[in-house]
Amino acid sequence: MNVTAPLIEVEKLEAWYGRRRILNGVDFAVNPGEIRVIMGGSGSGKSTLLRHLLGLHKPRSGTVRLLGVDIARASERQMLDVRRQIGVSFQGGALLTSLSVGDNVALPLREHTNLDEATIRIMSRLKLEVVNLGGFQDLMPAQLSGGMIKRTALARAIAMDPKLLFFDEPSAGLDPVVSAELDELILRLRDALRMTIVVVTHELESAFKIADTITVLDQGDILMTGTVDAVRHSDNERIQDLLNRRPREIQVDADAYLKRLTEEAA
Amino acid sequence: MPRALHDMNALIRPLESLGRATIGSLAGMGYAAVLLGESLYFSVAGWRIGQPLRPRAVAEQMRQIGVDALPIVVLLALTIGIMLGIQFIAALSAFGAQSQVVVAVAKSVTREFGALITAILVAGRSGSALAARIGSMSVSQEVDALATMGIEPVRYLAAPALLAMLVMLPALTIFADAVAIGGAALYSSPALNITPSAYVMQTLSLLEPGDVWQGIAKSAVFAVLITLIGVSTGFSVAGGAEGVGRATTRAVVLSICWIIVVDMIFSYFLNR
Repeated sequence: MNVTAPLIEVEKLEAWYGRRRILNGVDFAVNPGEIRVIMGGSGSGKSTLLRHLLGLHKPRSGTVRLLGVDIARASERQMLDVRRQIGVSFQGGALLTSLSVGDNVALPLREHTNLDEATIRIMSRLKLEVVNLGGFQDLMPAQLSGGMIKRTALARAIAMDPKLLFFDEPSAGLDPVVSAELDELILRLRDALRMTIVVVTHELESAFKIADTITVLDQGDILMTGTVDAVRHSDNERIQDLLNRRPREIQVDADAYLKRLTEEAA
Repeated sequence: MPRALHDMNALIRPLESLGRATIGSLAGMGYAAVLLGESLYFSVAGWRIGQPLRPRAVAEQMRQIGVDALPIVVLLALTIGIMLGIQFIAALSAFGAQSQVVVAVAKSVTREFGALITAILVAGRSGSALAARIGSMSVSQEVDALATMGIEPVRYLAAPALLAMLVMLPALTIFADAVAIGGAALYSSPALNITPSAYVMQTLSLLEPGDVWQGIAKSAVFAVLITLIGVSTGFSVAGGAEGVGRATTRAVVLSICWIIVVDMIFSYFLNR
């Protein structure tokens, strides 16, 4: 694979939930070394896009290529190789509640490497140090605060030194100080470990702080992809609505409205 | 005309929901079959594609499913044994055939009750636990996290449970058989004027290997049923904490229904 080739390439991706179309033919690419923020309001399709990028959904139409591998056509072996090179930090942390913090971080190492137990212990503690959770390895996830859960999830995500890191809503549900600390941490990770990072968020402040480039998603379409400044000064009305927290103008279609009220079966 | 349309609807609606339920349960069975295939595949050949089955995980499941269930299995099997002793003595003494109690208890315990009671108990204990555990893991995205880490959720969560269940349920069944016969011996031997050990010796001489095998074969089938129903309802949980609760109930009810129906079918074919 060519060094400058994009790590993620999405072409004409469509996604449906039942009869509702969530993504309308999205094109998307992320280059090595950049921090890309996917931004958009609720229901814009950003979570659906992320699930496709993670290979949790197979695309109904269009292609998703991760690290050069088309995930719809990849064999199990290829998929496993890809997954060893990506790390994901989920919105709620998604730590395994039956395992301690240390075991959660060590899990990918135990499953995918043949390292001895002592090395795995040292490596997982190193990762916990990176996220400022040194010494917390024996706690259970239920004993952690929201910020600590996210940081543990991040430590687990970087356990295998991935090329590509996904971060879903890093600041959701956290106080401003903790979420600012997480932003710093993301920037440090990119600089220290040379990771390519994709962050999904609706927090403007954190998006502007960490992003190299921002993709704005709205109702299943990509409104624009550009640098922080380009997005800030965009003259697109929807983007400005998002930036200035203006409520959407909802146009009422009288016929459709009546139909919805009187319809018997959905 | 609207009236006629309304009547039509009243007629079609139940049909429609029947059709939906049928398709839903067919889909559920198909999903369970896929899970079975994948679990067996990962157990046998998982190490070749980097998804090895961990002996430690299997051992842990065996402890939870088998060893931890021992006290309650002993209690229930003993009770069932005594109960059968009481019933058979009462029923058979009416014909003056008290001496047949030994063979009646021996055959009914090994062929039916040992396997059935153990399976129902394990369905309630471990089938529900599987559904609840996997269900809450799906809700909190832990299953997604496993998948993105390159750890196949079926290999990590379902395959160890299936193997553990396949070993432990037959083992528990044999254990329950022995305890139930012991219980029957305790109650019936005074009534039959023999010692409990003579009762047990008589049982052993009357039992054929086929009787015990029948129970064991059934328990292996029950093991597959309990695991698949627990795991598949767990993986298909949607709708938060309430969904987990519903899945747990559903897993237990479905497992017990299937166990009883399959038991009947097996008994029919094995005793023709």
